[in-house]
Amino acid sequence: MISIIDYGAGNIKSLQFALNKVGIDSQITTDETTIKKSDAIILPGVGAFQDAMHALDDQELTSFIKQEAARGKPLLGICLGMQLFYESSEEGGVTKGFGFLTGKVKKIPNNVKVPHMGWNNLIKHRNSALWKQMTDEAFVYFVHSYAATDVDTNTLVASTPYGINIPAIVQQNNIIGMQFHPEKSGATGLQLLANFKEMIT
Amino acid sequence: MLTKRIIPCLDVDKGRVVKGKKFTNIQDVADPVKLAQRYNKAGADELVFYDITASNEDRDIFIDVVEQVAAEIAIPFTVGGGIRTVEDIHSVLRAGADKVSINSAAVQQPDLIEEAAKKFGKQCIVLSIDAKQTNDGRWAVYIHGGRKQTALNAVDWAEQGEALGAGELVLNAINTDGEKNGYDLDLMHAVAQAVNIPIVASGGAGKMEHFSQVLQPTYADAALAASVFHYGEIPIPALKAYLATQGITVRPS
Repeated sequence: MISIIDYGAGNIKSLQFALNKVGIDSQITTDETTIKKSDAIILPGVGAFQDAMHALDDQELTSFIKQEAARGKPLLGICLGMQLFYESSEEGGVTKGFGFLTGKVKKIPNNVKVPHMGWNNLIKHRNSALWKQMTDEAFVYFVHSYAATDVDTNTLVASTPYGINIPAIVQQNNIIGMQFHPEKSGATGLQLLANFKEMIT
Repeated sequence: MLTKRIIPCLDVDKGRVVKGKKFTNIQDVADPVKLAQRYNKAGADELVFYDITASNEDRDIFIDVVEQVAAEIAIPFTVGGGIRTVEDIHSVLRAGADKVSINSAAVQQPDLIEEAAKKFGKQCIVLSIDAKQTNDGRWAVYIHGGRKQTALNAVDWAEQGEALGAGELVLNAINTDGEKNGYDLDLMHAVAQAVNIPIVASGGAGKMEHFSQVLQPTYADAALAASVFHYGEIPIPALKAYLATQGITVRPS
């Protein structure tokens, strides 16, 4: 069972539907006992950075999630969820994130349309179990205005070209981030979630 | 590279998909969930569902449709029609929609865009504009399904919408809608010059060439159409193959 952390008002149902499709049981929760018992934690991608960190702080989940991460529990951050793993974000005023990963979240430069919205391709940077059964021409669905910058290149599994090279999949031990929405990326996204399932079981 | 998007639009009335010509003479087409599945398989990049009646009793049926679609398909979809309050937005997002398209209500209360963008994020707030070209060559904004003209200029309103926090624009040209003679390229161009958010072109698709025209760099980021897809006149895989030959980057079907 996977715990999907409920920290906002957006669409997390689609994530649960997608997880169902690849045979992952999940629960949308903020309950520590439930999270502790689960095989992995997903931080979904809804809302704004500052609101999300405040919501996690208010529910006293920030330090708890840090403890779980330190114990080696797999954490998947999707879109904003991935951004929360970094040191800070400038969205809505500079706000501290979990700091699991080196890097800062900044607004996508304005020489391209913002938000970055639509299907973009993944460029492979290194091997990962996440690539299993993936085609070379993998397109996934992005919708975001902020992106991780100054990241540790060793953590970079895939990037996507949009003005700058945007970190698309990152991994550092048990911490995995996807800047796009695998739950909205058709068969490719479902394959990535299935690969994540294999990694945690 | 970010690909151009092909978006079938499903007008929903009492749980069924319908297609109106110039917003009237509505004809019944099909089950929205089945159509959504078909389009997902065919390689549609996104879907749009418009609740075209939006009376209170039909609202619940529509929310059920949204939930069923979210459960069945793993591509993004936008919901519009009858969205008037932050609570309306919340209910469709909770049902599984990714974006909400706001039209008349945004004209009547622009604060709605601002408030919703703050609460749910810009990325899920779509400003939908029905525009009709006037004799002086500008575009007037219409509301209430194209029935009521406003004093707004579409280009100005698009700019204002971006400033208020809209993350995307749908530009529906009333002159070309249902005519199948091509999108209103001048409208797309005029708005594209004024804003830096994605533009979805709507109204006028009849042939594959129309898509390749409107998806050129200076016009739209996505093309929306209804009847050419619903009646099988343009199969999406064939359209995408054609666009690729025209140098337009699309996600392979």
